[in-house]
Amino acid sequence: MATTDVAPHQATGGVQPKRVVNNMSLQVATVNGSGSQSSNTVLLRSIFQMGVPVSGKNLFPSNIAGLPTWYTIRANKDGYIARKKEIDFLVAMNPETAQEDVMSLDPGAAVLYDEPLNLSKLRNDLIFYSVPYDKLVAPVCPEAKLRKLVRNMIYVGVVARLLEIDMAEVEKAIRRQFAKKVKAANLNMAAVQAGFDYAAASLTKQDPYLIQRMDKTRGKIIIDGNSAAALGCMFAGVTVVTWYPITPSSSLVETLIDYLKEHRIGPDGKATFAVVQAEDELAAIGMVVGAGWAGARSMTATAGPGISLMSEFAGLAYYAEVPGVIWDIQRVGPSTGLPTRTSQGDILSTAFLSHGDTKHILLIPNSVAECFSMAQDAFNLAEQFQTLVFVMADLDLGMNNWMSDPFEYPTEPIKRGKVLSKEDLERMGGFARYKDVDGDGVGYRTLPGTDHPAAAYFTRGTGHNEKSQYSERPDDFEHNMERINRKFETARSFVPRPELMSNGKTKVGIIAYGTSHWAILESRDQLRKEYNIEADYLRIRAYPFTREVHEFIEQHDRVYVVEQNRDAQMQSLLKLDVRPELVMRLRSIAHIHGLPLDARSVTDELISMEGK
Amino acid sequence: MATTPTSTPPPKTNRIGLTVLDYRGGKTTLCAGCGHNAISERIIDAMYEMGVPPERVIKPSGIGCSSKSPAYFMSRSHSFNAVHGRMPSVATGAVLANRRLIALGVSGDGDTASIGIGQFVHLMRRNLPIIYIIEDNGVYGLTKGQFSATADLGSKLKTGVINDLPPIDTCALAISLGATFVGRSFSGDKKQLHSMLKAAIAHHGTVMLDVVSPCVTFNDHEGSTKSYKYMKDHEEPLQDITFVPAFEEINVEYDPGATLEVTMHDGSHLRLRKLEEDYDPTDKINAIKRLGEAHDKNEVLTGVFYVNTQAPNFIEMLNITDEPLATLPDSVVRPGREVLEKAMEELR
Repeated sequence: MATTDVAPHQATGGVQPKRVVNNMSLQVATVNGSGSQSSNTVLLRSIFQMGVPVSGKNLFPSNIAGLPTWYTIRANKDGYIARKKEIDFLVAMNPETAQEDVMSLDPGAAVLYDEPLNLSKLRNDLIFYSVPYDKLVAPVCPEAKLRKLVRNMIYVGVVARLLEIDMAEVEKAIRRQFAKKVKAANLNMAAVQAGFDYAAASLTKQDPYLIQRMDKTRGKIIIDGNSAAALGCMFAGVTVVTWYPITPSSSLVETLIDYLKEHRIGPDGKATFAVVQAEDELAAIGMVVGAGWAGARSMTATAGPGISLMSEFAGLAYYAEVPGVIWDIQRVGPSTGLPTRTSQGDILSTAFLSHGDTKHILLIPNSVAECFSMAQDAFNLAEQFQTLVFVMADLDLGMNNWMSDPFEYPTEPIKRGKVLSKEDLERMGGFARYKDVDGDGVGYRTLPGTDHPAAAYFTRGTGHNEKSQYSERPDDFEHNMERINRKFETARSFVPRPELMSNGKTKVGIIAYGTSHWAILESRDQLRKEYNIEADYLRIRAYPFTREVHEFIEQHDRVYVVEQNRDAQMQSLLKLDVRPELVMRLRSIAHIHGLPLDARSVTDELISMEGK
Repeated sequence: MATTPTSTPPPKTNRIGLTVLDYRGGKTTLCAGCGHNAISERIIDAMYEMGVPPERVIKPSGIGCSSKSPAYFMSRSHSFNAVHGRMPSVATGAVLANRRLIALGVSGDGDTASIGIGQFVHLMRRNLPIIYIIEDNGVYGLTKGQFSATADLGSKLKTGVINDLPPIDTCALAISLGATFVGRSFSGDKKQLHSMLKAAIAHHGTVMLDVVSPCVTFNDHEGSTKSYKYMKDHEEPLQDITFVPAFEEINVEYDPGATLEVTMHDGSHLRLRKLEEDYDPTDKINAIKRLGEAHDKNEVLTGVFYVNTQAPNFIEMLNITDEPLATLPDSVVRPGREVLEKAMEELR
């Protein structure tokens, strides 16, 4: 009976390996549909509860059951939470991918595997631990059909023992995970304990990785970006929500529905919101536009394919000047293949979505906290500028769990923009819907149902004059186009400003946005420590670009624009916006492979482009 | 020569004190004789007679000659000329935003039965409170006369092209999908259309009216099945329709054997004097069967095919609060600080 696997370098020495504390990346390779999500969440939360900064990333297939899925947990004392390229500790549960998973590891990594897979033969430069899952699961889970699900909890126990994760924290995480199901919690805890006991009795610690208590997560929350966005939308006062299910955006609306049902039923027992699952994305945005036109705070959530379908309406809303909020949880491109993988591939097409001349406001959150706060911004800007606002999140942000400081309650009142009431009309006598009264390009509107004979106006696309009368006159058209452009220019001063990290001394700059941020933070430290290069950093948070974006490019000789797409989409947008002589300064570091961006890839490419 | 000043009699007003002029729109730019203009006139009359405040009405439309027509009636109502085939979604959003709005959507046969069929069928399923009018001429007028999907089999274009595809019967479709007031009329049948529109205003779910409305320019010739002449020869009314609004206390005697009376949601009465003895407009299956027979017999059946005043509408299904969502105050739509704090606590 095999009790331990003897790793090669243990045989050669018996030297105590060095200890690596709170700095590791663990990957669990499973088959989807096997319930590993619970196990992985328990591991993540246990580390979090020990005060260690942690992130979890689910790399999953577009499938319900039976295809390979990987979950990586990174614990890092310095707070780096981007994906780490190298895996330090592999939990190999999937026979289909086990060999390839093992072969891709760097020397010295640890592998925990199911005994029958016999992986230790594959390489002699790794540390192997074998676990007889089937033997361990049978006694704790008499009910055979549940074993497939419970089995994954065993590795939680083994990992807890090997990494010295506090079992009290594991139990707390399990009780939380199965909060309403005591029986399930007990069953799962028994499986964890079985794994722990097995490791204690039969495995000898040979890898250097340890988790030790810190105090860096106190007061923090863990939430996924879609749930954060949902909360944000509820507190932004959303009233009409439409959607068509599409990964990775569905959970945003599903969570929002739960929150609304809990917190937005009035004293009369009736809903202060309407949610419609539409027949497709064309109808979803059509309803958003209709509702926005009639005065609701309306929104939908989608992904790239939905954005494509919304194109025609996006143009209509732009020209008819109707507010609405569209969440784009970006993912990899059309049809089947990688719809469950992250990307920043919709930036350029969304900025100019539709036909004719169109430009849209984009907000780009990098964190769950910004998913929450930008929900407020998005609705306010949409109503202020009477236009669609797109919030460009991505799958990595939307569907993965992130640590965050708690969200701050919005203190600003809801901004409804320039809407004339019956009383206003009584005072004014009438109004011209598309007249630029204030010089900011934004006209005054009335809502249907306003009880005044002069309230009504005729809404249509391009062909109208200031009074919203039908017109095909060239001068009317031109004036209107110029005014709408003026709105966009005004918006530059109102959209969220970029985040700037600069010492004012270096000529090297990095521009990035969205979730790439987390890799940039780490990459800047790598550049400093390993290459003695200081790089200033500007994180774009919105389009149109604010003044600071131009200034940053002015101030740096070489500006690396880092993004998660192939065609350097943000760089292209910047090229259109900056003075022509500055275009040469922009250099692209564009990566797209479906996995969240890691720091090492950025550092390596930047160094090579710097000629070092 | 008159020596005493003559006072013109005050203009006739409706029950909310408005004249019929208050319901008028801009000057039509459609062809002289276009059926759509007659429909606009009937809408004006019906809204005026029902005393509907024009400020509460919205006129969403799609794209096409029909969808231009909201500019030609009720200027005191908000209009939204949307994109081709997508009026249902715009109307849905607007009605959800403000449940007090009275939505009168205008579409055409191309806008509804081809590019917009997806949104049309889903609108019918939801029983949204809306009056959905198809101004149906069997051709695309604004692009100069191509067949639409409601063109009858064998119908002939001016160019001599024969339609060899079967038509989509929008009424049968609407009935089978859940619309709760479905009928067909003819732009030239003033009395019938007038009564049906008034009943439509009183209904509180989806009203789908397919109004055959000849295109004088592209589809009014010999060989067309949507021409004035063809309609005069083939229209087959199911009932003689009168409508008694709730606010009128006129009690005309009627024979319950020969007339079916439908009490509408607002207490008004739709009286259908049967021209076909056994026709029951509350029988969904039979309604669809009768429409199928009409096709086989080359009849253009008109009248109220189906009515259901009991089914809940979409607003009721969604349990939306009585005040318009659009104008709910911050205090109602933004939960308190303690709600966020509790949510944060649960995520720690």
